[in-house]
Amino acid sequence: MPHVPDALAPLACPAAPCSDTPCARPAEAFVPSPALPPPPSAVGPLGWLRANLFDGWFNSLLTLLCMAFLAAVVPPLVSWALLDACFTGDASMCAQSSGACWTFIVHKFRVLMVGTYPPAEAWRPALAGVLLATMVGCTAWRRLRAAALAVLWLLLPLAALWLVGGGAGLAPVDQSQWGGLMLSVGLALVGILVSIPCGVLLALGRRSRIAAVRALCVGIIEPVRGVPLITILFMASVMFPLFLPPDMQINNLLRVQIGMILFSSAYMAEVVRGGLAAVPKGQTDAAKALGLGYWKMQAFVVLPQALRHVLPSLVGRCIALLKDTSLVIIVGLLDFLGMAKAASQDQQWLGHDAEAYIFCALVYWLLCFGMSRWGRSIERRTAHRAR
Amino acid sequence: MPTAASDTAQAAASAQAAASAQTTSSAQTTSSGQTTPSAQAGDIVIDICGVNKWYGAFHVLKDVNLQVCRAERIVICGPSGSGKSTLIRCINRLERHQSGRIVVDGVELTSSLKGIEKVRREVGMVFQDFNLFPHMTVLQNLTLAPVWVRKMPRRQAEETALHFLERVRIREQADKYPGQLSGGQQQRVAIARALCMNPAILLFDEPTSALDPEMIKEVLDVMIELAEENITMVCVTHEMGFARTVADRVIFMDGGEIVEQNTPEAFFSNPRFDRTRQFLGQILKH
Repeated sequence: MPHVPDALAPLACPAAPCSDTPCARPAEAFVPSPALPPPPSAVGPLGWLRANLFDGWFNSLLTLLCMAFLAAVVPPLVSWALLDACFTGDASMCAQSSGACWTFIVHKFRVLMVGTYPPAEAWRPALAGVLLATMVGCTAWRRLRAAALAVLWLLLPLAALWLVGGGAGLAPVDQSQWGGLMLSVGLALVGILVSIPCGVLLALGRRSRIAAVRALCVGIIEPVRGVPLITILFMASVMFPLFLPPDMQINNLLRVQIGMILFSSAYMAEVVRGGLAAVPKGQTDAAKALGLGYWKMQAFVVLPQALRHVLPSLVGRCIALLKDTSLVIIVGLLDFLGMAKAASQDQQWLGHDAEAYIFCALVYWLLCFGMSRWGRSIERRTAHRAR
Repeated sequence: MPTAASDTAQAAASAQAAASAQTTSSAQTTSSGQTTPSAQAGDIVIDICGVNKWYGAFHVLKDVNLQVCRAERIVICGPSGSGKSTLIRCINRLERHQSGRIVVDGVELTSSLKGIEKVRREVGMVFQDFNLFPHMTVLQNLTLAPVWVRKMPRRQAEETALHFLERVRIREQADKYPGQLSGGQQQRVAIARALCMNPAILLFDEPTSALDPEMIKEVLDVMIELAEENITMVCVTHEMGFARTVADRVIFMDGGEIVEQNTPEAFFSNPRFDRTRQFLGQILKH
């Protein structure tokens, strides 16, 4: 068997002592062999399709069904909304076309925005809107310091109220003439700006060590949370005046606004309370040990952390509040949605409800989506601080 | 107990009188008849006498008497659940005692908020879990209380803060958030935060218990340096090496009572009670 000694013979390398250099390789620099390209089915558009749309018979079937559905729905929608649609002209042109009549929206734009506000004075709500947009921009791109922003945000509703309502140099415009998107955004803006601090105070009060304060806060939060918003609006609009002395008048819009703030505050309070409960006790211990009093401790230590915890729910409450403003129609105020409905009943423009509602939906979606993204950006900005 | 439940006893009682009154009652509780020399000395900054506290039905502090002199360094040790943390948390009123009297730097702790805040301004505290404010940078953590409690100008507060960060050797971390620091670094920031208020008294509540072994030393080193200054320190700790080198007096608590107190040499070499001996036997084994 000549092969056996060969196989048993020591390999070439142990000639060098293993303790010094590992055997096998001569002392060359290691060069990795070049990577081979992946098979074409794993990368590129084909690979993507396979991985995301056709991995397995069930997903392939779903993909095909969805494509069939889109093929059936999208072309007619596009031709209705864009290709066959009217963007200019008048009602008679719209009546001849088979597509959407965006002319209607253009024609009714002012009414949808400001309702029956006197057209000659319409620049005033427009200016208020520009102010609001500027503030949103300043906040989103962080152009100003936080303290300045807070003050400006609190001044904004006052400025807007003066611009829209008149007085002090501007011709007064009665509240019964306010309406449209202006009314919706106004109600929501004031509601949010007032109900967040109110909610925070109620939440703190509910955790207070003073029994009377606690009872008061629970006495506000629980009954308000126990009834639908519509009930509160009816109470504010219809019932409340019955209890007032006849010579005492609080205008309808203000009562509705207060009702919405009350409702929203109660919900905000419960959201904030969740956040307060999530702040570890060690944080308040440390703040107290440093000599901070109750309010300073809440303002600098507890609330920043608590609000950060519940930011998604808070933004959710703000969005809900904006959408809830559409309920004011039941107490006779014509908000954005109410105006759209009223406008589509114009004799001259009959049959264009769809366009009006689609426009409404689009505007609501833009506002709500904007708020939601803004909330996310705050979350991301503060995320690195989380422990 | 002559002093128990003497809530109304005037806070302005001279330290000397309080000290002599306490000597007797302390002798009764410890039933050792032993009084330490430093407790007799004139200037008493923390005077705890006849303090009782219950959590519900659980009697956590049983007629505790303790006097701490200015610039004295005290180590409190004892098994867990012995009430040592509760005791030092009573000193700045993070816990409320139900009977007895606690006078800190001439101010008696009652339910008066003014008194409590006055005491807290003069008493710094370092916690087991650091309790830094996670939403603020290190520098903001350090300047918060000086600016808003001491009304110090921000610029000056920042200078003070950087000075103390230098002392605890982490000046370069000033702009980081606590979450970006190691445990040992966080605890040193917490010590610097307490120092920024220029406190007369520093309380340490198991400052090294939440730390990895290799980080304990960096914190202890800072504490040992501090001990060389004229600051009153009360430390709850299991670091017996620290107690041995730094403490003027070691106090052993068990079951809500002060069992024994003595100088570290005497305490470690010649404990008087079986309970102390047993505890030391357990803790010094490792």
